[in-house]
Amino acid sequence: MSGRLRWRKFVSGFMLTMTGVCAVVAVAVLFFILGYLLYHGGTSISWNFFTKLPTPVGESGGGMANAIVGSAKLLLLASLIGVPIGFFGAIYLAEFSGSTVAFVVRYAADLLNGVPSIVIGIFAYSLVVLPFKHFSTLAGGFALGLMMIPITLRSTEEFLLAVPPPLREGAMALGASKWKTIATVIVPAAYRGILTAVLLAFARVAGETAPLLFTAFGNRFWSPGWNQPTASLPVMIFTYAIAPYEDWHRQAWAAGLVLLGLILIINIVARAILARGIAVPRT
Amino acid sequence: MHASVRPAVSVNITPAGSANRETAAALPMRMNVTKLNFYYGPKQTLFDISLGVAASKVTALIGPSGCGKSTLLRTMNRMHETVRNTRLEGEILLDGQNILAQDVTLLRRRVGMVFQRPNPFPKSIFDNVAYGLRINGSKLPLPDAVEKSLRHAALWDEVKDHLHKSAYELSGGQQQRLCIARALAVEPEVLLLDEPCSALDPISTAKIEELLVQLKDLCTIAIVTHNMQQAARVSDFTAFLLTGQLIEFSPTPHLFTTPSDPRTEAYITGRFG
Repeated sequence: MSGRLRWRKFVSGFMLTMTGVCAVVAVAVLFFILGYLLYHGGTSISWNFFTKLPTPVGESGGGMANAIVGSAKLLLLASLIGVPIGFFGAIYLAEFSGSTVAFVVRYAADLLNGVPSIVIGIFAYSLVVLPFKHFSTLAGGFALGLMMIPITLRSTEEFLLAVPPPLREGAMALGASKWKTIATVIVPAAYRGILTAVLLAFARVAGETAPLLFTAFGNRFWSPGWNQPTASLPVMIFTYAIAPYEDWHRQAWAAGLVLLGLILIINIVARAILARGIAVPRT
Repeated sequence: MHASVRPAVSVNITPAGSANRETAAALPMRMNVTKLNFYYGPKQTLFDISLGVAASKVTALIGPSGCGKSTLLRTMNRMHETVRNTRLEGEILLDGQNILAQDVTLLRRRVGMVFQRPNPFPKSIFDNVAYGLRINGSKLPLPDAVEKSLRHAALWDEVKDHLHKSAYELSGGQQQRLCIARALAVEPEVLLLDEPCSALDPISTAKIEELLVQLKDLCTIAIVTHNMQQAARVSDFTAFLLTGQLIEFSPTPHLFTTPSDPRTEAYITGRFG
C-alpha cells in the first residue's frame, strides 16, 4: 500500500512539474523574442529610421518613414471599414436579432475570423486591385478592414451582452425606445469593453503581412496617393529580411522592433482600460 | 385601533390609511385588469385574473414564489414584452383605455416601474434622475425637476451636496430610493414596484415603506411583495394569488383579519409559502 502511495505521489509531483515547465516555456518564448528583437533592433534603430526614405543597396543610412506612414494609412482605412461594421453588427446581434439569425451571423463571423489571411488578400486582390488595375493603399486597407470585422464584432457583442439586463429594463420602464436604451445606457455602460475590443482588433491586423503582399504591394518611395501602391512595415520586414544584404537585415530588425513595440503598447493600453472595470450596480 | 386590526405589525410605521371597510368597487379605478390569461410559451402562468387598481391607493399583490404576482405586475406596463415567447389574453385598461393598443413608450411614461434590485444607470445621481426627462424631451428646467423628484423619494437631503457623484457610490437602500426618484421624475400616474425591498436591510426597507405611504398623494401604487407584514403595513388593498389564480382581493385589513378563502387564511397564518 505504501508503495502505491509513493507511486501516486511521484506521479502527482511529476505532472505538476511538467505543467509548470510548460507554463514557463510559454512565457519564455515571448521574452526570448522580445530580447532578441531588442538586441538586434535596438542596435540598428536610429532617428533616421523614422524620418528617412529607404536608400539604394550599398548606401548606408536611410529609414522607413514611408512604411510607417503607409502602415498608418492602411490601418486608418481598415478601422474605417472594420470598426463601424463590427460595432453596429454587434449591436444588432446583441439586441435585436432572433436566435436563428444571431446563430448564423455569429457562425459566419467565426468562420470569417478563421479564413487564412492570404485568402483575404486574394479576395481583396480580385475585388479591388484587378478592377482598378493598381496595387493600392485602398486595396490593402480593404483587406485589413475585412479582417477587423469579425474580431470587433464578436468581442463587442460579448461586452454588450455583459451589460446587466436590469439596466435595460430600467431604461425601458422609463419609456425609452429600444434604440434610445442602447444609445444612452447599454453602449455607455459597455464602452470600456468596446474600446478594448477595437484596440485589440487594431493590434491584431497591424502586423498582418500576407493580405498586403498583393494588395498594398510595396513602394521604395512615398506613396503618391490612396490608389497607388504603398510601403508598410510588415511587408518591408518581409522584403528586407529575405534580401541578401547585411544592411537590409539590420533595417528589418529595426522595423520588427517598431512594429512589436506598437502592438505591445496597444495591448497594454487596452488591458489597462479594461482593468479599470465595467461598472456594475451594487447588490 | 389600527394596530388591533393588523396582525403581526411589529415595526413602528405609520399605518396605511383608512381603507377599513371600503370596498374596491366604490372607489375610482386607475387601472382595470379583466380576464387576463398569460402564457410563457406553452405554459400558462396567469388564469382569468380580474382586478382593479384604485386611484391614489396602494394595492399589494402577495402570494408564494411562482404564483404569478410579478408577471401580473409586469403586464401592467407591458414589460412582459421584453421577454420572448410570451402571450397575453384579456384586457388591461388605464383610465378606461386599453394599454395594449397604446404606444408602449408613452404607456411606460405613465406607468413607471421599480425593480427588485436597485438598477441605477452607471451615471451620476443627477443624470439618473434626469434620464427619463431627457429621453422624453421634457422642457422643464432639469435641476428643479431633479430636486423635486429626489425630495419626493426622501433622498434629497442625503445627496444634495454630491449630485454629480456616481450613483454606484450610494448604499443599496439609497440606490433603490434613487430608482424611485428616477421613476417619479416623469410624473407617472401609476408606479409599479416589484419586490422593491427584497434586496435591502430592515432600516432601508422601513424608509421605503414610509415613503410609499406618502407617495399615494402623487400617484397610484401597485406593489408586489413576498412579505405579508409589508403588505399589511403599506397597502390599502391586497390581492392574494396562488398558482396563477386570484384567490382573494379585498381591503387589506379585511384580508388579513377575516379572509374569506381558507387558502388565504392558510397563507397569511404561515401554514405554507
